[in-house]
Amino acid sequence: MAIISRGFLGRRCAADAKLPPGQYLTTDFPVLSAGPTPRVSVDKWEFTIDDGNEVLKRWDWRSFRELPTESITVDLHCVTRWSKLRTFWEGVSLDTLFEEIKTDAQYTLVHSYGDYTTNLPLDDLLSKKSWITFRFDDDDLAPEHGGPARLLVPHLYLWKSAKWVRGITLMREHQPGFWESLGYHNHGDPWREQRYSSDE
Amino acid sequence: MWRVGTVVALRDETATARTISLNVPDWPGHVAGQHVDVRLTAADGYSAVRSYSIGSAPNFGKRIELTVERLANGEVSPYLTQEVAVGDRLELRGPIGGWFVWRPQQTELIQLIAGGSGIVPLMAMVRSRASAGSTAPFRLLYSVREPEAVLYRDELKALPTRDHTVSVTYAYTRAAPKNWPQPPGRINASLIADTTWPSNLGPTCYVCGPTSFVENAAALLTASGNDPHKIKTERFGPTGDLR
Repeated sequence: MAIISRGFLGRRCAADAKLPPGQYLTTDFPVLSAGPTPRVSVDKWEFTIDDGNEVLKRWDWRSFRELPTESITVDLHCVTRWSKLRTFWEGVSLDTLFEEIKTDAQYTLVHSYGDYTTNLPLDDLLSKKSWITFRFDDDDLAPEHGGPARLLVPHLYLWKSAKWVRGITLMREHQPGFWESLGYHNHGDPWREQRYSSDE
Repeated sequence: MWRVGTVVALRDETATARTISLNVPDWPGHVAGQHVDVRLTAADGYSAVRSYSIGSAPNFGKRIELTVERLANGEVSPYLTQEVAVGDRLELRGPIGGWFVWRPQQTELIQLIAGGSGIVPLMAMVRSRASAGSTAPFRLLYSVREPEAVLYRDELKALPTRDHTVSVTYAYTRAAPKNWPQPPGRINASLIADTTWPSNLGPTCYVCGPTSFVENAAALLTASGNDPHKIKTERFGPTGDLR
């Protein structure tokens, strides 16, 4: 039973009804990162998928940009409680990147330039659920938002959408990533409010 | 799990920032730099939650202090800085966060860089250091709009006189005190070179403030040769500029 905050009215809006529990609406696009923003030039950028032993697929910027792209309009939910509705991105579906890969691994660890990591079940990346994005609102993705390319997994809290993404390692078991090792939830579903490791 | 804290004291730090002291009977202890989620609930059940840094050192038992800056369009901060009274109960979750923290076991050089109310978790580190009897050398570079906006003014002023291994440098972005050596402006490379630990000494850096401030300060630290892995950042607020 919550304690009533004497005299608190709050600021409701119609859009709150569409938001996951405990989120509030913002029209800004706040930035949250654990360290300095890495500056990654597209000349040196590459993206790999590996199985822990060997690289299974590798793209440089040019070959990556030759892949078919999709326009994506999605809602974003950050664990710090802001949500932003109807954001517009362009990116390559992970289904496209995984097209030729056969694996029985069920988990992944996503790596970024700057050494950020986050872990996801492979199922959360496939079947039109995630993209490697490089444009936001019709502009190249800004470095502080993860440019040149970031993972976008809109059905999970935004820390799973790794900025400055550089590769995915297929795993037999879950290995917690950066925030997952520091008290945040292993899965991070906003609709189930899986914020912290003590949440169900 | 939501804990209940009772407000035991209120202290205005500036015209817009207030420190709220809470007694939290089941407080498990925290580490300097961590934050809590605070939940307010209206009579009809509507609730709003925001995160606030803990400003107090870890070893004050069941008592913690939050310093809240009032945001002009805020939903929770106006209530916390204007409505809350001693004796009120607030719901809290935490402590939260295991990255942007300083532990007394750390003996290396520490560089703190605060922008505005980004001082709060860094102040917890300064206080944690003192209360643990640590002698880790600390430097604080504190950027504020104007002299009147400095939080913890008297405590920071007294700090270097008590302990010569802590130094505090102020930088002003809008209005500086009379005869201040630099004109008001944002932190730049020469200020970083003149007032922060040389990068070859390998300090651990903690940078906290609004997004644009942190982007700028962290980029300057990296450009001056600091290892990006030893720069920990905490950003708050909107980007202001998306591209």
